[in-house]
Amino acid sequence: MNIFYHLGRYFLLMKRAFGKPEKMAIFRDRIFEEIYNLGIGSLGIVAIISIFIGAVITIQSAFSFENPLIPLYSVGVAVRDSMILEFSPAIVSLILAGKIGSSIASEIGTMKVSEQVDALEIMGINSAGYLILPKIVAAVLFNPILIIFSMFLGILGGYIFGVLTGVVSDYEYVFGITYQFKPYNVTYALIKAAVFAFIMASVPAYHGYYTRGGALEVGRSSTKGVVYSAILILTFDLILTQMLLA
Amino acid sequence: MIEIKKISKSFNGRKIVSDISFSFETGKTNIIIGESGSGKTTLIRSMVGLSEPDSGEVLFDGRSFYELNFTGKKEIRKDIGMLFQGAALFDSQTVEQNVMFPLSMLTNMSESERKDRANFCLQRVNLDNVNKLYPSELSGGMKKRVAIARAISVQPKYLFCDEPNSGLDPKTSIVIDNLIQEITEEYNITTIVITHDMNSVIEMADKILFIYKGENWWEGSNLDILKTENKEVCDFVYATKFMKNLKSKLQ
Repeated sequence: MNIFYHLGRYFLLMKRAFGKPEKMAIFRDRIFEEIYNLGIGSLGIVAIISIFIGAVITIQSAFSFENPLIPLYSVGVAVRDSMILEFSPAIVSLILAGKIGSSIASEIGTMKVSEQVDALEIMGINSAGYLILPKIVAAVLFNPILIIFSMFLGILGGYIFGVLTGVVSDYEYVFGITYQFKPYNVTYALIKAAVFAFIMASVPAYHGYYTRGGALEVGRSSTKGVVYSAILILTFDLILTQMLLA
Repeated sequence: MIEIKKISKSFNGRKIVSDISFSFETGKTNIIIGESGSGKTTLIRSMVGLSEPDSGEVLFDGRSFYELNFTGKKEIRKDIGMLFQGAALFDSQTVEQNVMFPLSMLTNMSESERKDRANFCLQRVNLDNVNKLYPSELSGGMKKRVAIARAISVQPKYLFCDEPNSGLDPKTSIVIDNLIQEITEEYNITTIVITHDMNSVIEMADKILFIYKGENWWEGSNLDILKTENKEVCDFVYATKFMKNLKSKLQ
């Protein structure tokens, strides 16, 4: 029964959050502010992780494809498909759920326990709309860009480390990443990125918004926000893959 | 004028506020006192719509708050200023941005008009050269004064103050009390203050509501409270040695 209570409260909060903003100009500014905080601020970690994962997939694939019957360009195919289909949209989103999710839950949770959310309500401002909606819009707009950035850097990382370590040649790798390329896979990845972005922004926002108590509860909300958004991202990864690829 | 009629509120089956009725007058400083946990904050939160009461009515100049639709409630809330216990300033904004915030959200004033109004309100609470500071760089008393400036920036008709003196030294408490009293009279606001501080009660109260175990136990003026024989009120008022001595001297 507890799950229905939380689901109901989550959807009611989302209904409030998606209400008409008080001032469009302020709403627009808030979106840019959140794109900077949540999106631009995540470029570094996404870049580092993507390059290294691309490199690791290259070396692991080359090691697995020792059979002379498997052509070496398969390494490029493996890196490309791993990055586009799963690593960039799902794993990067999971990592971002940790970084962005904890930031959103603790920010809103702290505002809640220090009565800043009440102060907004007293002014006649829809606090859910003011605080949550810009974060969701910013995440949904910027996450696909981060995911494309991750795909590109992952494949580039694989190329650099593959060629430098000599496990695959320049020609074979480039041939591999272009071999039987399906543009639909990128569309599939971007759909997943947008859905995961909604989850990673809205679920921690929900936990932050209903924080009660003090610093300890803010920490708990932050942890819950990250854990539940990670579980939901993995669940929707499976559902979307079944719906879009099967 | 704000009237409350038979307000009740329970949490987890425990009655916190029980059938409280009272009239808070315009242009007066109305003070709510009572022991910790007696239901003062719950009552004030029910009055401003932060926590809906289980039963009862709250009338803002005759308009029943809980019978209004979303837009109607929003209109009343635009007339409410509130000073929270911890000031509740927005950490990510400077002092000036905090004071300008309700003006940006609720009015169509230009940037320069908003700045002028914010500066006027900050000067009104005797704060200079703090516009560009963040709340974390201010003292407790300064935070409270910025919160008052933010509350009066939209020229509210009703001002709610939840323990404005908590955590402040006696001298700063007097500054805050005087400020609340002056603003109430100057702008003819209906002011409601929750406090534990008997100095504030005696100095500034025009009308007092004493809550005991969630009930309206006693009401009167600051002179009446010094004369009352009501046991619970006397226990509260003369809890300190200083007040006990004062009472014996008065007698």
